[in-house]
Amino acid sequence: MKQRFEVLVSLKEGLADPQGKAIEDALPSMGWTSVSEVRVGKHIELTVDADTEDGALRVANQVAERLLANPVIEDFRVISQAEIT
Amino acid sequence: MTPRIGVVTFPGSLDDRDALRAVELMGGRPVPIWHGDTDLGGADAVILPGGFAYGDYLRTGAIARFAPVMDAVRDHARRGGAVVGICNGFQILCEAGLLPGALARNRGLTFVCRWVHVRCERPGTALTAAAGAGDVTPVPVKHGEGRYVADRDTLARIEGDGGVVFRYCSPDGRTGETWNPNGSTNDIAGVCNEAGNVVGVMPHPEHAVDPDLGPTGGRPLFESLLASALARV
Repeated sequence: MKQRFEVLVSLKEGLADPQGKAIEDALPSMGWTSVSEVRVGKHIELTVDADTEDGALRVANQVAERLLANPVIEDFRVISQAEIT
Repeated sequence: MTPRIGVVTFPGSLDDRDALRAVELMGGRPVPIWHGDTDLGGADAVILPGGFAYGDYLRTGAIARFAPVMDAVRDHARRGGAVVGICNGFQILCEAGLLPGALARNRGLTFVCRWVHVRCERPGTALTAAAGAGDVTPVPVKHGEGRYVADRDTLARIEGDGGVVFRYCSPDGRTGETWNPNGSTNDIAGVCNEAGNVVGVMPHPEHAVDPDLGPTGGRPLFESLLASALARV
C-alpha cells in the first residue's frame, strides 16, 4: 500500500532566520503592517510503499530524521495524507 | 618522507584542483580521491574541499555525507588521522557529525566573496600545528552558508575545551561585527573535534599559497597539515 506524506522542516526556535526577516521587512512597504514573526522552512512531499500505515509512517519519520532535517538546526513534522489507491 | 595528502572530489566540488595544487606547492604529494572510492588511496591526511557537493540540494553537505568515501574518512578520523574540511568540506563534516554545530545561511543573505583575517585560537590542531595562539593570517572566504551555529551547550563546550580553532578578526587581531563576514556565532571561522585532528574552516587556505596570486596566508595552515600528516608517515 502506498501512502503520501508531507514533511515540514523548520529552523529551530531562536535561530536567526535571515530569509524570514527579509520577507518580514518587505511587507510594510506593500501595505501589510500587521504581519510579524515570519519564518521560512521547507515542504517536502513523498510516497512510501509499506505493508501497514504504521510501517509507512515509521519510514517517513526515519527519512525525515536521517536526511531531510538536520537536528542541530532544524525541527520537522511528518504529516500523513490519504492513502493513494 | 613526503606526506601524502588526499583531496576528495564530490560531484559539484570546485576547489579540489586548487587544494591538490596547494599540496604540491607546499611540498606534499597530492592524492586525488573520488567520492565513490571506499579507501583513501594511502593518504596520510585528507581534505574535503570547497564547492557545492551534490548541488547543495536539501542542505549544504546533507547528501555528500552519505557518499561511499565518507566511511573511509570517518575511519581515518577515528584512528587519529588528520581530516580537514574547507568551506563545503566543513559543512559536510558538520552534517556527518564529525564536527559539532552547523553552517546556516549568511546573516546578510548574500554570497560573501572577500579577503578576511582569522586569528588562531587553538594551536596544535591539524591546521594549526605550526601556529601560535593569536597568530593572524589573511585568507579569502566565498560562501552563502557560513554562519556557524550550535546549541548553547555545544557552544559552551567548544569555547571551554579548545574546540574553536579560528575566529574572524581585524588585521591586528581584534574581533567585532565589522570583521565577521557572515554573522557567525562568536565570530567562529573554524572548529575542531576534541583531539584536534578533525578541523573545519570556512575560509580557503588553498587559494592563498601562491605568491604570484596574492597574499599567502594559507601557507601556515598547509604547513600545519603537512606536519600533522608527516607525524603519521
